[in-house]
Amino acid sequence: MSVLLEVDDLHVTFATPRGPLQAVQGVSLSLEQGKTMGIVGESGSGKTVLSRAIMGLLPRQTATQTGSVRYNGQEILNAPNSELRRLWGTQIAMVFQDPMTSLNPVLRIGQQITETLKLHLKLDRGEAKETALSLLMQVGIPSPVERYDAYPNQLSGGMRQRVMIAIALACAPRLLMADEPTTGLDVTIQAQILDLLATLQRDRQMGMILVTHDLGVVATRTDEIIVMYAGNVVERAPTRVLFSKMSMPYTEALLRSTPRITNPSHTRLVTIEGRPPDLSAPPAGCPFAPRCPYVQDKCRNAKPPLTPSSVPGHSYACWFPLGTGDRTDDKAGVA
Amino acid sequence: MASTGVSSSEMVLLMEDPSDNSNKKKLGVFFWICVGWVGFVILLAVFANLLPLPNPTFQNYLAPQNAGPGWGHLLGTDDLNRDILSRLIYGARVSLVVGFAGALIGMIVGGIPAMISAYRRGRIDTWLNTASYIVLAFPIIIFLIVIITFWGRDLWKITLLIGISASPLVFRVIRASTLSYAQRDFVLAAKSLGASDRRILAREILPNIMPTVISFGLISVATIIVIEGTLAFLGLSVEPPTPSWGNMLYEGSTLLTGGKGQTNPWLVIFPAAAMFSLLICLNLAADKLRGYFDVTEVKL
Repeated sequence: MSVLLEVDDLHVTFATPRGPLQAVQGVSLSLEQGKTMGIVGESGSGKTVLSRAIMGLLPRQTATQTGSVRYNGQEILNAPNSELRRLWGTQIAMVFQDPMTSLNPVLRIGQQITETLKLHLKLDRGEAKETALSLLMQVGIPSPVERYDAYPNQLSGGMRQRVMIAIALACAPRLLMADEPTTGLDVTIQAQILDLLATLQRDRQMGMILVTHDLGVVATRTDEIIVMYAGNVVERAPTRVLFSKMSMPYTEALLRSTPRITNPSHTRLVTIEGRPPDLSAPPAGCPFAPRCPYVQDKCRNAKPPLTPSSVPGHSYACWFPLGTGDRTDDKAGVA
Repeated sequence: MASTGVSSSEMVLLMEDPSDNSNKKKLGVFFWICVGWVGFVILLAVFANLLPLPNPTFQNYLAPQNAGPGWGHLLGTDDLNRDILSRLIYGARVSLVVGFAGALIGMIVGGIPAMISAYRRGRIDTWLNTASYIVLAFPIIIFLIVIITFWGRDLWKITLLIGISASPLVFRVIRASTLSYAQRDFVLAAKSLGASDRRILAREILPNIMPTVISFGLISVATIIVIEGTLAFLGLSVEPPTPSWGNMLYEGSTLLTGGKGQTNPWLVIFPAAAMFSLLICLNLAADKLRGYFDVTEVKL
């Protein structure tokens, strides 16, 4: 399998009135054709910024990006828009977080799908409509002929997300970025959408990056998982390894805060105490130290590097990986 | 939820029926009366040649001078024995051409830079924005008087000048409207699908700001008709004897107080009424349209 996407030491810094904000601090990853990678982290961990930086969609005036992003061996970080436009839609496409706002409210569904078909594949009206209808069918929209002429507000959230997926897939991209594709949807629909994405990904042999805050979402649908915290990769591993050899306390905390259907009702939801650090003034030590139940003095003073574990493909950034350190109740700075 | 046995397709139909018009907003009777009146005036002006009207500049010495409304001349005659109805209808041409063409010019000259400026932001936006404030601070009518005095009083020159002088305000309105859409997700989504900036502006943003464009356009038409009327009243619009509502008002005003030994209030009343009715209809129609298109995100 050939490497589709390679990200090397990517840094993204935003210029803000309060000073530079380091949203992504040296992320490296690589994705092979036909594989799915999950990027997991809570809000503000930099996962959306990372996915947009890979796409090249961040505003150039405010975001400084360094490092390297190679698509099919071609360097695309900081490439001019004119160059990226040849990749967008046809090679790399994105499904956005909120299907309520990512469709144009005043254009018919059909128009929005055929737009890209006409633009990239130079199809005429009739061909574009036919292709659009078959796309709507593929993403599981009932009675596509009627939906073709509908406006977004006439469709439910799940339907809209299906339309978004149809639009993203219209020109058969080889890499699909899905940025929290199910956040705005209710649970039953979430599973449908994720299964749909997985099916389409398999059928089309696409590379897919699934960005989410929900470890449950990526558990069964990815080949590899990257856990992000405060702009850093804190753990990365093939999916099966991650769940069996979890080493970073943050990953454990994320998993513990996922509600389980098997829990008795009225079980208290587990939360991660505190908030992610301020990225315009990152702490000296491990960014998770103030919230970590296993924190030691060393954690507060030195930032742990991403180190490989004994299992191939697994690495983590922690001085005292799970199982080696003792749980301390000394959680300074957390109320 | 799943136990109700409703398939997902039926579910969608149950939840949202596209043909459900029960809570749809209506434009209302007033709107259609207003649009009807504007349309009627436009039709009269366009087909004035085909109507059984005397020549608006024909000084018919067989007709009574300064007559009130009557059968021979429906709206009476002026001090030069010309038919007021005919002059009113031909005069509408000037107001309508200057109003609509001027507004169109203003929309193009002000609107297109506004959209680009608001979408691109950056230094160009800062400069254009500042420039529009500076120009807006300058009294338009003085600018127009100076230029027209030197350049001439042809209809196209007046239209062009008024159109250009309307553009800074158009710029401000369209820029503000574009700004509220430029950062939306669907714009980013279109960009991520490889749409060029021009395509995003034309296909994604323009349809969204169209309600503003239309309603502000109609208000601009009304404003421009007033400006043309003002210029005509000052003797700076089309040359007499070509009638325009403004110069009819000016001529009539000299007869209001018996300045030439004659009085004829009708010569003021009719053009004033024509202008008033057209303007109020344009403004009302614009306001109704704005309200009609003003769909909140909640409703979507």
